Amino acid sequence: MTAREIYEVLREKFGEEVVTEFQEENVDPPAVVVATEKVAEVLTFLRDDPRTLFDSLMCLSGVDYEDRMEVVYHLHSMTHLHKVTVKVRTDRENPKVPTVEKVYPVASFHEREAYDLLGIVFEGHSDLRRILLPEDWPGHPLRKDYVYPDSYHGIKV
Amino acid sequence: MEIERLPESDELLINMGPQHPSTHGVLRILLRTDGELVTGAKPDIGYLHRSLEKIAERVTYAQFMPFTDRLDYLAAANCNCAYAWAVEKLAGIEVPERAEYIRVIVCELNRIASHLIAFGAFTADMGAFTPFLYGIRERERINDLFEMICGNRLTYNYARIGGVSHDLPDGFLDELKDFLDYFEPKIDEYNQLISYNKIFVHRLANVAVVSKEDAIAYGLVGPNLRGSGVKWDLRKDEPYSVYDRFEFDVPVGFGEKGTVGDAFDRYMVRIREMKESVKILRQAIEQIPDGPVMAKVPRVFKPGPGEVYFRAENPRGELGFYIVSKGGTSPYRLKIRTGSFTALTIFDKVARGHLIADIIALIGSFDIVLPEIDR
Repeated sequence: MTAREIYEVLREKFGEEVVTEFQEENVDPPAVVVATEKVAEVLTFLRDDPRTLFDSLMCLSGVDYEDRMEVVYHLHSMTHLHKVTVKVRTDRENPKVPTVEKVYPVASFHEREAYDLLGIVFEGHSDLRRILLPEDWPGHPLRKDYVYPDSYHGIKV
Repeated sequence: MEIERLPESDELLINMGPQHPSTHGVLRILLRTDGELVTGAKPDIGYLHRSLEKIAERVTYAQFMPFTDRLDYLAAANCNCAYAWAVEKLAGIEVPERAEYIRVIVCELNRIASHLIAFGAFTADMGAFTPFLYGIRERERINDLFEMICGNRLTYNYARIGGVSHDLPDGFLDELKDFLDYFEPKIDEYNQLISYNKIFVHRLANVAVVSKEDAIAYGLVGPNLRGSGVKWDLRKDEPYSVYDRFEFDVPVGFGEKGTVGDAFDRYMVRIREMKESVKILRQAIEQIPDGPVMAKVPRVFKPGPGEVYFRAENPRGELGFYIVSKGGTSPYRLKIRTGSFTALTIFDKVARGHLIADIIALIGSFDIVLPEIDR
C-alpha cells in the first residue's frame, strides 16, 4: 500500500476529526497527522489490520517546533514492506501524549528518552524516568529554549 | 533508581557495573536476585551521554560527520556512511558510482572488524581468552588497511556528503585482496577453535532465547533479529547504495544447538556474516568502476525544508537517522536510532529466570556498544 492509501484507510476508519492531515511533499516516508489522544488506538489498528500490519516501530522521536511539540512514529511492515510516518502534536508548555508501549514495547525506552530530552510526558507509561541524563538534571536540553546551566553539583560545565 | 522488591524475601539487589569488564563499557544493570537466579534486571544507561543530537543542531551538516565516528567506535565507517546517505537522501544528491563502491568496501571491512571484536570479546566473557587474541590479530590488519585509506585506525571521518574525502590509494585493492585470501580460512579456524567447543556451546545453547515475535516487537535489529530466525537484512530487503549489485546470503539462526533465537544462534549469525562480507568485498573489487569520488555539493550546504528517515544496516543492526530540515545550514532536529539502544528494551524480559552467569552471555550475545546507546 502507498502511504496515501493508508491515509485513506485511516480516514475511513477514524474519520476526519482524528486523522487530520496528510504530508507528502519532502516528507519521507509520507506522514499522517492524527489526534493526540487517539494515537494508541490508531497505532493498534495499524498494527493489527490485515491490510496494514505495521509490526515494527522503526523509530520514535520528539521534535520541538517552537510553537508546538510533535511526536513522530516511523512504522514499517515486514509483511507488506510498506512504511508510513504517524505524527501527533501537543501543547508546548504542557506536552502530554498517551504512551504506546503496550502497542510497541520498543517504544518504552524511546519515550523515556523523549521525556528526558524534551520533557514530553507519556501518560500511562510504566516507568517514566530520565534515561540519559542524571535524575536531578535541570531542564530538557533538546528544547529550543533550553538555557545551558553554568554548573552541575559545583562542577563547571 | 528503584526496582520493585518483594517484602520479607531473600531477594538481593546487586549492582552489575558500571565498571564491570563484561558489560562492554559503562553499562550499569540493577539485578534483583534470589540466590543465583535473576528475577529482574534494569539497565541504567547514560554514563557516556555526549548530547550528539543537541550538537547536531548547532554545527553544519558537514561538521557533524566526525561526531558520527563517535557513535559506534567499532564501526565508525558504517556510521559515517549511514549519515552521509541520510543527508544525501534529504537533499537529493547523486553520488558518483565509484564513491558508492568505496563506501561499500569500507562498510564491509568495518563490519568484519566489528564482528571480530564481538566474537573476541564474547568468547573472552565466556572464559576463553585465546580467541580474543585471534580476533584482534586479524582486526589489526583491517586497521592497517583503514590507515592506508584515510590515515586513521579507529575514527575515520572518511565519508563526505556527496562521496568520500579522497580516492583509494594506489595498490589498496591488491592489499585488500591479500587480506581476504588470508582472512577467509581464518573463519573456519575460529569455528574449529571455539564455536563448536562443547563447553562454549553449553554456555550459549538455550540461553537468553528471544522469540521471533518478541524480536520484532521489541525492535531488535541486525544480527540480533536474524538470530531469532527473521530473515531481514536492509542490504538485501531494502537495498540502498549499490548493495543490489552483489550476491550474498543472509544467515539466520535456526536453533543449531538448541532453541531458535538463543545466544548461540546470535553468535553464529555474526560468524557467518563475516563470510558474506568477504563475498561482497570480492565482488566489489571486481566491479569497482573508475571515476570521480565526490559529487558537486555547494560549499554552503543548505538542503531544502523537509524531513527524512533513513536507515542502514550496521554491524549492530539498523542505524536510523531522522533529520528535520528547515532549510538552514544545520539540521533542525536530528534523531539517531541505534541498534544497541533498542536491544536494551528487551533486556529485563529476557534476563528474568536466568542465572547471573548467563547474564554475561546475554549481554555479550547482544553485542552492545555503549557510546551508541548513550549518544
